[in-house]
Amino acid sequence: MSKPKSTNVEVRLPSRMGFEKVAMSTAASVAKLMGFPEARVEDLKTAVAEACINAIEHGNRMNEKLSVGVVLSAGDDELEVKVIDDGKGMNRQQAKPDIDKKMHGEEDPRGMGMFLIQALVDEAEWVAGTDGKSSYVRLVIRLDKETE
Amino acid sequence: MQSETKSHVEQATSPAGQPVSIIHFEGDISSTSKDAVLGTYQALPKATTKLILLDFVKVDYINSSGIALVIQLLIEAKTTGQKVLAFGLSPHFVKVFTMVGITKYAGLYPSLAEAMAAL
Repeated sequence: MSKPKSTNVEVRLPSRMGFEKVAMSTAASVAKLMGFPEARVEDLKTAVAEACINAIEHGNRMNEKLSVGVVLSAGDDELEVKVIDDGKGMNRQQAKPDIDKKMHGEEDPRGMGMFLIQALVDEAEWVAGTDGKSSYVRLVIRLDKETE
Repeated sequence: MQSETKSHVEQATSPAGQPVSIIHFEGDISSTSKDAVLGTYQALPKATTKLILLDFVKVDYINSSGIALVIQLLIEAKTTGQKVLAFGLSPHFVKVFTMVGITKYAGLYPSLAEAMAAL
């Protein structure tokens, strides 16, 4: 019997702020089992939390009748995380926050989630659902990524 | 489910003899932390508060909404002419604060003693 290519873990969260921490803890547990160093586990925790917050707030619009799906796929040397919601999906990348503009009131102090996700994982892509829902963000971190 | 953010203010004196307000945070810093972060800061008397230290030693989780609250605090402090330093962030959140540029407006230090020495 051949070894399975990846191991999946799935979590469903209510669309309520705070439950992103459940996904964060689950992702951290899987990453630790895979042998990721502590710094990469922390990067993943923040990226997963921000992806879930976006799904709860923007995707499902805080509708507690809708849930956020989190699917973790652990491969030999990478961990993929899909965070799925019932929104239409993000159709644009977020620019790096400009702290000077924020400090001068020219940019919203909020709106850093997508930037943090992109900066903290090896791959991040936003995929819009074909039926206008079931959109997801896909994150990947790799074991060979050197820690800073 | 959201962890409550606790905060309290301690008054101290800088090595140069100036009064320092230390805001100690405990718990998560997220979208529900407005009162703990901005409310506590805004309750400080503006006329006499010129040096402020933010203590993150007992904070485990900060999300982008929490970072935005810290930025809002820094905006008000800049307008008021106050100096703000922070200490006690984990290495991960030092990295995150640095990535978003907060270090340009608030120095980050490992410990209270090092932040005090920098005033």
